[in-house]
Amino acid sequence: MLELLNGFVVELRNAGLPVSLTENLDAMEAVQHIPIDDREAFKYALGATLIKNQAHWRSFETIFEVYFSLRGPEYKLVDGDEESMVDDLWREMQDQQQGQEGQGGAGGLENLTPEEIAQMLMSALMNGDQGMMRAMARQAVQRFAGMEPGRPVGGTYYLYRTLRNLDLDSMLDRLMESTREEVGDDLTPLEERLEREEYEDRIDKFKGEVEAEIRRRLVADRGAEAMAKTLRKPLPEDVEFMHASRDEMVSLRKALQPLTRKLAARLARKRKHGRKGPLDFRNTVRHSLSYGGVPAEPKFKYPRPSKPELIVVADISGSVAAFARFTLMLVYAIQNQFSKVRSFVFIDGIDEVTDFFRATEDITEAIHRVNTEADVVWVDGHSDYGHAFEVFWEKYGKDVGPKSTVLLLGDARNNYHASQSWVVKEMQHKARHVYWLNPEPRSYWNTGDSIVGEYGTYTDGVYECRNLRQLETFVEKLA
Amino acid sequence: MTISSPTSGDVQLSEPRFEGVQQVRDALRDVQYLADDGIAGVAYLADRLGKPILVEGPAGTGKTQLAKSVAEITGSRLIRLQCYEGLDESKALYEWNYKKQLLRIQTEQGDTADHEWTEIRDDIFSDEFLLTRPLLEAITADEPVVLLIDEVDRVEVETEALLLEILSDYQVSIPELGTIAAKQIPLVFLTSNNTRELSEALKRRCLYLHVDYPQLDREREIVLAKVPDITEQLADQVARIVRSIRQLDLKKAPSVSETLDWARTLLLLNIDTIDEQTAKDTLNILLKYQTDIAKAAKELSVDE
Repeated sequence: MLELLNGFVVELRNAGLPVSLTENLDAMEAVQHIPIDDREAFKYALGATLIKNQAHWRSFETIFEVYFSLRGPEYKLVDGDEESMVDDLWREMQDQQQGQEGQGGAGGLENLTPEEIAQMLMSALMNGDQGMMRAMARQAVQRFAGMEPGRPVGGTYYLYRTLRNLDLDSMLDRLMESTREEVGDDLTPLEERLEREEYEDRIDKFKGEVEAEIRRRLVADRGAEAMAKTLRKPLPEDVEFMHASRDEMVSLRKALQPLTRKLAARLARKRKHGRKGPLDFRNTVRHSLSYGGVPAEPKFKYPRPSKPELIVVADISGSVAAFARFTLMLVYAIQNQFSKVRSFVFIDGIDEVTDFFRATEDITEAIHRVNTEADVVWVDGHSDYGHAFEVFWEKYGKDVGPKSTVLLLGDARNNYHASQSWVVKEMQHKARHVYWLNPEPRSYWNTGDSIVGEYGTYTDGVYECRNLRQLETFVEKLA
Repeated sequence: MTISSPTSGDVQLSEPRFEGVQQVRDALRDVQYLADDGIAGVAYLADRLGKPILVEGPAGTGKTQLAKSVAEITGSRLIRLQCYEGLDESKALYEWNYKKQLLRIQTEQGDTADHEWTEIRDDIFSDEFLLTRPLLEAITADEPVVLLIDEVDRVEVETEALLLEILSDYQVSIPELGTIAAKQIPLVFLTSNNTRELSEALKRRCLYLHVDYPQLDREREIVLAKVPDITEQLADQVARIVRSIRQLDLKKAPSVSETLDWARTLLLLNIDTIDEQTAKDTLNILLKYQTDIAKAAKELSVDE
């Protein structure tokens, strides 16, 4: 048991989750208080003691499923090598699982035709029958995935094969149809929408079951450690902006919202609770009355906070395309939190896009407008920082004042144009702060046509900003 | 008030309050708080391990209510510390009653001055002149208490340190008095809306519980439990529409309390099935931003 938990914790750490020694000890103590055969309780006990950040929960769940997944004879893949499963825990969990399976009534499923399977799955989805759905998932994987022991193929391949054979999309349509028939009357659009969502939700659950089933079989084939290694994914905060996949981009966007809220909160806090001002004589005397005229509690004047102005200037050229999308989301999120934000985008020309973000509530629409309407191309559509900065200074330079903080976002790959770094120098003179965020790894800086060093000397700091963790560090520093 | 030497940190674990996870769940259900497995499990563990629970999650998902309900089922007093920026020791832990001390010294001066200075000093730094604030009150209480430290993310990182001693050892050190250890271990709940990352030190001392918007079934049950007289069918519809709205990209998704408000409104209006028009007309109870309302209204009426 001890060994098992230790192995689990090591795996968590390998995946990048911070688990301290005390947390490990807590987990050990916690599992003694819960019935060991209750899988859910076991999971929550470990989760509550080991994971202290919601963003890490998914990683934790995956590792948990892999590490404590069920291997054994009921899957007909590994027969009888009980020696490898020394721990009682494994067996007890299996028994538990078997008990549940028994109720599912999965016995006679082997003889069915694919059509009958589809029919049964449909009725299971229709009625939201959990046990049936699980049984169907097992059956589907066994039939369609074509899994062979020892074959070096990833789980996603099997998942794809299984789902392709089931054709869940058309099943959704058929489900909707049969619902319509059943009700008889025409469904109102609202009702139809709700029904569809319900079915989508169930189908998602079913997909989850299929995925879990495939994972179980893979673990049985290859062993937990090996599987955990292949499933290891970067934590949300470690995903690189430049190489983020679509799914990762979506989760990044979700993570961004709290970050800007944090930024706003930190800046506001700083404004209120910064340094103390000079002694407030009147206030001190008034308070001294309660101490019999002894000024025991000196009161200070607090400086009137000024609202921070943020000016964001972002490169949206092709070389930073992935980052640019992210940048725009960041700008959008920031704009929702601060009252005074002005945003500019450039490639070799520069244009103000503040209104695009302000006018709409929909970020995708805003980004679309930026990409199509903003006038950012001057000559050839290759980044020219120098020209863009020059024009910026000419047109909007007067708006940069002692209250403004300027954020410059880009890789500073200038295609060997003139740098015009005097603009940044001027900015630094007039603005409160100038920061540069660079989406490239630090080792690439100042190589080739990157001149981030030249601009950097005139800013208050150049920060590598490749993932959320780094962005967060920057936010902390800024505030 | 027991005063022990500062070295003795360990406190005896009090009698366990709960028998098992299922019991916690049932008890919570009796006070109309519908917990899922995770919530009940963590509450149970917190009691067994004698550790505080850090509850995180979106606003309005019943984080504070959880603490209140647990207080109710255990028959404990709820002591609440609402956190805010600028909260300090004198408002969270304890404070010396300056005015009373001053008075004491002044009456002493009127006397013939045969009192030793040390005597007065010992005198004015005693229990009598100590004003207890929520944290100290929670650990000195004789009866069982549930301590709720609400919105802990609002205090500054530096202030968080105040909480550490009480959270790990259930004791408070007062320089003039020594260390005050808890008579019984209170159940401690900390809630956070995640406006900033809490320090590692604080997180390490707590069990972590994330409370999210409930699943469809649970939300329906909550509506059924909290809104008397509602029909099952209406509750189901309410829960489904709310889930549908939560999937939209909104500034502020409807919380559980707003769902309940909405259900109550519908009941008051004598509506038994929601159609588009009623949904649109009453959206302002569910959503609090004009842009959100417009978006949801659009989504709900024009399907696909």
